[in-house]
Amino acid sequence: MIIMHDIIKTYITGQVTFQALRGINLHIKKGEFVAIVGPSGSGKSTLMNIAGCLDIPTRGSYLLDGKQVSAFNSNQLAEIRNKKVGFVFQAFNLLPYATAYENVEVPLLFAGVNRRKRKERITRLLGQVGLAEKAANKPTEMSGGEMQRVAIARALANEPDIILADEPTGNLDSKSGQQIVNIFHELWKMGKTVLIITHDSNIAGRVERIIQLKDGQIENSHSPAAV
Amino acid sequence: MLPLITIKQFLNDLRRQKLRSLLTMFGIFWGSCAIVLLFAFSKGLGDAQLKSSKGMGDNICIFWPGLTSKEYKGLSKGRRIWPTEEDIELLKNTAVTIGRISPEFRRWSQFIKYNKSLTRSPVIGVWPEFGLMRNLIPDIGSRFINNIDQTERRRVVFIGNILKNDLFGSESAVGKQILINDVPFTVIGVMKEKKQDSSYGGRDSRIAYIPSSTFRNMYSTRYLSNFVTQAAADFTMEDTKQEIYNIMGKKYQFDPTDTQALGTWDTTEMFTFLKNFFLAFNYFLVGIGITTLITGAIGVSNIMNVVLEERTKEIGIKMALGAKKSMILSQFILETFLVTGIGGILGFLFAWLIITLIPYMNLEEYIGVPQINLQVGFLVTVLLGMVGFLAGIFPARRAANLQPVQALKLF
Ligand SMILES: Nc1ncnc2c1ncn2[C@@H]1O[C@H](COP(=O)(O)OP(=O)(O)OP(=O)(O)O)[C@@H](O)[C@H]1O
Ligand SMILES: [Mg+2]
Repeated sequence: MIIMHDIIKTYITGQVTFQALRGINLHIKKGEFVAIVGPSGSGKSTLMNIAGCLDIPTRGSYLLDGKQVSAFNSNQLAEIRNKKVGFVFQAFNLLPYATAYENVEVPLLFAGVNRRKRKERITRLLGQVGLAEKAANKPTEMSGGEMQRVAIARALANEPDIILADEPTGNLDSKSGQQIVNIFHELWKMGKTVLIITHDSNIAGRVERIIQLKDGQIENSHSPAAV
Repeated sequence: MLPLITIKQFLNDLRRQKLRSLLTMFGIFWGSCAIVLLFAFSKGLGDAQLKSSKGMGDNICIFWPGLTSKEYKGLSKGRRIWPTEEDIELLKNTAVTIGRISPEFRRWSQFIKYNKSLTRSPVIGVWPEFGLMRNLIPDIGSRFINNIDQTERRRVVFIGNILKNDLFGSESAVGKQILINDVPFTVIGVMKEKKQDSSYGGRDSRIAYIPSSTFRNMYSTRYLSNFVTQAAADFTMEDTKQEIYNIMGKKYQFDPTDTQALGTWDTTEMFTFLKNFFLAFNYFLVGIGITTLITGAIGVSNIMNVVLEERTKEIGIKMALGAKKSMILSQFILETFLVTGIGGILGFLFAWLIITLIPYMNLEEYIGVPQINLQVGFLVTVLLGMVGFLAGIFPARRAANLQPVQALKLF
């Protein structure tokens, strides 16, 4: 599903160049449940953003579902972000002025889904994350856990194969965090490929594989039992 | 499909971001309204000013008897030059630069009587052209002195509107007999009310006008009080004045450069001044207009900037969810166009409304009749629209050109 070869990401800040990713080689199979761990600044988010086509690598090749994504133009990348991957952020990134319903609707609008189908899909998704009653609430009227569940529903809107989550529980208490992890677990069981960045050993314990990053490189990759 | 998505997006966003949209709209609204009003009032004021300064006559020059101030061909200075009606005929027949000319014989404070009403007012004897030159427009159903009145020395009179009111009140005057110093005259016309901001020899509205032939007969006089002339087409009043001095100088033996021999009042100079004044005033307004525009533009782009943070994040989120660059941009274009367009049109309409209502407020005397300048309105609306547009579109374009992550992290 995800094949990265020699991915390098270099940031240039003024005179200083900094290599956040220094040759990543990664292979994630369809339907895998993977956690990415590592110290702060090790390049986890950078890697995840590239995987989700939110950013482009400085060098290297990225094959997503057999397609050479590193050669895609901005419209093709938009298409991938819209349909192929669902991204969940630590900071939720909901549109502040829109209701839960409208937030989930956004990717559907970009995909050109008709009104009836949109309604059907949104209702189902909000139900799936346990927020059917909160459809008309705005982000300011929801708890962190609820906001993150809206964000997950939004990430699932166009039924992507891959779910990417960058510290989805980082801003939540342990109970809400547990709920979120359960949702990801369920999604994996439904056949989705799930990639999750986490500092939380609880989560790491439930995945199939843990990828450990350090200084922009993969230090090792193992199953949780091996820890 | 794409435009539809964009419109739905757009309407959602517009609805949600009411305050920002309203503020922007108000900025544009206010700017265009203020400038349109400014120009409309200035036009109204200028026209009213010009109209009332033309009340006395349109580009006329008045000549008075004078004293020579230069010695000429052995003749001393200080001689009195006193033109007669024959001189005016001479001028009319020989001067090519004269368009219209009329003598003016005057007696102040004559007794004028109708039934029991008695009043005193100036009586002047003139030629038919006088009415045209001096904007003495006859009211409906009446006329000014004509050539037959003049040649037959008819005892007919054209009266100013205030004089008419003094004598007749609301009764109609045309065809009635009045007595001027006990001599009966038939009223042939009443002057239509007009604005007049300058005069010599009394306000036109209080004067009784009779044919010069009748006047001379009645008062046995030879000498004019003054005469009035208008330049012929293609000539300036300067040309006309010079030719008049030449012809009169030849006849009365004075130096044609001696402008004291006949006193003059050239109203075209006043018009030139007024025109220049209003031209300058208009430049001033353009200055104010531009300043207002700049202020409005700064206001609009400020509002746009205040929300730049929020908007950049929003663009980042939307791109992360699969919005194409074109969708982001078309939404912003539509949004700014609509906001600035509505603001501009409302501003223009509001100004138009005010200007339509003004005439019902009876302020014409003070501010004239304001007139909308469509070009200015259009230009202002377009300019402000463009400013709003640029202020909205550049940040959006910048954000849309970033990778989604960059847009999300920018602030
Ligand atoms: N836009 C940027 N410009 C410059 N340097 C950056 C930029 N984004 C990230 N970096 C640097 O790249 C490195 C990796 O950042 P990244 O966000 O991937 O770390 P992380 O592993 O996600 O850390 P954390 O656990 O704190 O989220 C960091 O040292 C960071 O300072
Ligand atoms: Mg991170």
